[in-house]
Amino acid sequence: MKFDTPAATNPIDQLKVVGKATDRIDGPLKTTGTAPYAYERHDVVANQAYGFILGSAIAKGRISRMDVAAAKAAPGVIAVVTAENAGALGKGKWNTAALLGGPEIQHYHQAVALVVAETFEQARDAASLIKVDYQAEAGAYDLAAARSGATVAKGEPDSTVGDFNGAYAAAPVQLDATYTTPDQGHAMMEPHATIAAWNGDKLTLWTANQMINWGVKDVSQTLNMPEENIRLISPYIGGGFGGKLFVRSDALMAALGAKAAGRPVKVALTRPLMFNNTTHRPATIQRIRIGTTREGRITAIGHESWSGDLPGGKPETAVQQTRLLYAGANRLTAMRLAVLDLPEGNAMRAPGEAPGLMALEIAMDEMAEKLGMDPIQFRILNDTQEDPEKPGRPYSQRQLAECLRQGAERFGWAKRSPKPASVREGRWLVGVGVAAGFRNNLVTKSAARVRLDGQGMVTVETDMTDIGTGTYTIIAQTAAETMGVPLDRVAVRLGDSSFPVSCGSGGQWGANNSTAGVYAACMKLRQAVARKLGFNAAEPQFADGHVSSGGHTVPLAQAAKDGELVVEDLIEYGDLDKKYQQSTFAGHFVEVAVDGATGEIRLRRMLAVCAAGRILNPKSARSQVIGAMTMGAGAALMEELAVDKRRGFFVNHDLAGYEVPVHADIPHQEVVFLDEVDPISSPMKAKGVGELGICGVGAAVANAVYNATGVRVRDYPITLDKILDHLPEMT
Amino acid sequence: MRHHGNADVSRRGLLLGAAASAALTATPRHGQAMPADGDAPPAPHPGPAPVMNPVMNRVSLTVNGTAQTLEVDTRTTLLDALREHLHLTGTKKGCDHGQCGACTVIVDGRRINSCLTLAIMHEGGSVTTVEGLGTPARLHPMQAAFVKHDGYQCGYCTPGQICSAVAVLDEIKAGIPSHVTASLTDAPQPTHAEMRERMSGNICRCGAYSNILDAMTDVAGQRTAGQQNGRDPA
Repeated sequence: MKFDTPAATNPIDQLKVVGKATDRIDGPLKTTGTAPYAYERHDVVANQAYGFILGSAIAKGRISRMDVAAAKAAPGVIAVVTAENAGALGKGKWNTAALLGGPEIQHYHQAVALVVAETFEQARDAASLIKVDYQAEAGAYDLAAARSGATVAKGEPDSTVGDFNGAYAAAPVQLDATYTTPDQGHAMMEPHATIAAWNGDKLTLWTANQMINWGVKDVSQTLNMPEENIRLISPYIGGGFGGKLFVRSDALMAALGAKAAGRPVKVALTRPLMFNNTTHRPATIQRIRIGTTREGRITAIGHESWSGDLPGGKPETAVQQTRLLYAGANRLTAMRLAVLDLPEGNAMRAPGEAPGLMALEIAMDEMAEKLGMDPIQFRILNDTQEDPEKPGRPYSQRQLAECLRQGAERFGWAKRSPKPASVREGRWLVGVGVAAGFRNNLVTKSAARVRLDGQGMVTVETDMTDIGTGTYTIIAQTAAETMGVPLDRVAVRLGDSSFPVSCGSGGQWGANNSTAGVYAACMKLRQAVARKLGFNAAEPQFADGHVSSGGHTVPLAQAAKDGELVVEDLIEYGDLDKKYQQSTFAGHFVEVAVDGATGEIRLRRMLAVCAAGRILNPKSARSQVIGAMTMGAGAALMEELAVDKRRGFFVNHDLAGYEVPVHADIPHQEVVFLDEVDPISSPMKAKGVGELGICGVGAAVANAVYNATGVRVRDYPITLDKILDHLPEMT
Repeated sequence: MRHHGNADVSRRGLLLGAAASAALTATPRHGQAMPADGDAPPAPHPGPAPVMNPVMNRVSLTVNGTAQTLEVDTRTTLLDALREHLHLTGTKKGCDHGQCGACTVIVDGRRINSCLTLAIMHEGGSVTTVEGLGTPARLHPMQAAFVKHDGYQCGYCTPGQICSAVAVLDEIKAGIPSHVTASLTDAPQPTHAEMRERMSGNICRCGAYSNILDAMTDVAGQRTAGQQNGRDPA
């Protein structure tokens, strides 16, 4: 189905199933521990051996000698795989560094060996017997130090509109401030894990991967084997947040280990290996300049960002939202990329906007204060209904101002004291903060297969994944709505490369595109049903498990009485995303209390008001947003991968050292979805919410801390050591 | 070093076994290479590696009401015994270091991190895992409340959260105080602060905390109502 004109009224608009708050259909499995994750597939193949990965002890250099004799001789050991015996390996399109290091080492904890043994304990023990001699080389590990040598990244030119420098210089009110965000880890609960099994030259990987088709292609490139001989299976994924977009060393080493051992091998990354072995969100240095009239209209807005990555890597696109979010005739954005020899930087939940808004939305708060304006009023004054870089190019929907207004009302914003450090409750300094949330809606093709059997059961098959996002349920809702059957007459099968290629899970594009693909396949199935039933005249109605046309009603199942009906289709898009800017919007509101004596920061209330097109399942969509708000709170207050700038690695590489929010950190969270349908986005008229929820939250926390204490922290995370010396005197 | 046919492991035998396994896992043999989960200092004089066969031991315990006898490597954690030997994979391995709570199970009535305890330490013990609480067709009230309140997303921390949640309400009911209990003489109540504090060993990176609290509050309320009616639905 080609989607190239705005959606008219269609079967989804019935909203009998879609749009209703629905318990997840995978809930009973997940809550009873019976949903199978990658490492747990005792059921799929016999005789599994255990692999254990050894990571490099240096960040940059070469392996000069490797002695695996003791490991090979250790009890239970079946094979030891290193770069020396792994054969020629390619590199996947989505990987920056090689997944198996040696002799060259590109980053700390890059995999250098896999030990395969009969048991986990034996493999782990034998891995400790491998002796590696390294020749370490000097590397660059400090972004601030590398900043001056950073260059324009390929394909990421500066964006300019009008005369930024002239307009900024002429602006009567100016802000020029620099902000930093640290390296952050996905820290999903399920470690990267894979079971690999060879059958002749065919390889099956039960793995944890968000993007099945990318995975097939990258395994093919890495192992130099045809795609058709590779199968990836990922029905359940214990969190990804971008960290499982790519094939990682667990999958490659399991495949190599299984080949060397001549039997299936299972590999999970240990928690302490994950932070340096896999990808992370890169640190940024961001300079923001805003010039306004005395009335608060932005005349110049500039956002520059510096980040680092391994050679061949990419910048963190932290300036992205600044090109689109606020009006202003004179504009500049620029990114500079430094070469750093830290582990590979890559996408983490809302890459670009998440760290970008952490800076921009503090800057907006600072500017509002300079102007003596309410920060909500300042944002609304500079709202725009068109792409500020391309006047005349409208937004498909843009309800940012309404998000802020409704949020202000619900949150009691009018009661806020604009004067910092002016509200005390006993020992607590209390403050509130606001920030705009913004994340683009990306459209991309997505396919599905739909089956109708003789019992009237509809089965959907697509290689789409559910990483906790609620995909199983919204796909079932889509099929139920379109085919006119109750939810329990739909079965959904996901995450298998033998199914049609979907959009996958990333960039908050999963919900809209994957359901649109299922909708397309179901519309095709409706045609097949009508043909089979001989309904040639008017468009038949599909409702309550029946098909009606011309006063004639038959059970849907009857169409499959001679055999299953199977169709496949995909959604693909025209140029509506060129003609219209498609984005999602939020207003984030946070109340904090800061201990006036210790500087301890406690979140008291959080509210997000979101405008993101049709909300397919308000229950799981709300969960996506509260989860993203939680991760945003972590980014604001605690998350930081501490860099050892001499040795070049993230020091706090486990869940005790890399702190993420726990129950006690998070208050009750409120989420409001504005009524919105976006017929420009897809036949579903939906967009995404999973990343919108994190976009802006960090700045709302920072602004609330400022409002509470009068201390402006521009370097995340806002830990108490950064505010303690500046807290107001306790009376 | 082997203990065969000895279900009643002596304290001395256990200590010997544990000491041997500690020596096996903790001694770094060589200077440069370390397994990924250890940043131990290098040994000064790497000698030839001792080739030691695993020390095996038998352990008998009850898991979800079923008697089980296992012959396990003394280094095998309770978590790996459940997941790899008994194929009870509902209990999750999130960190293997007692930092995340995904492996929480209820042993002899108390919740523990099953990654931080060796299987052989639980001779005669009674273990309840998430599979022992309920099944998809017959959910435990806490499991049903998690579904109702969407107290999970990816599902990986969920079994640990549910085991903890069930045990937390029991702890409060039993009058066990926590860090946030204001009075040590009054019975603690299932307040939001109490539940958040007690659940903080169970990380949910998807960030379902607010919904998990709603689920627990729901079950705690049911329980109170049940007790008022003279029943104990838990």
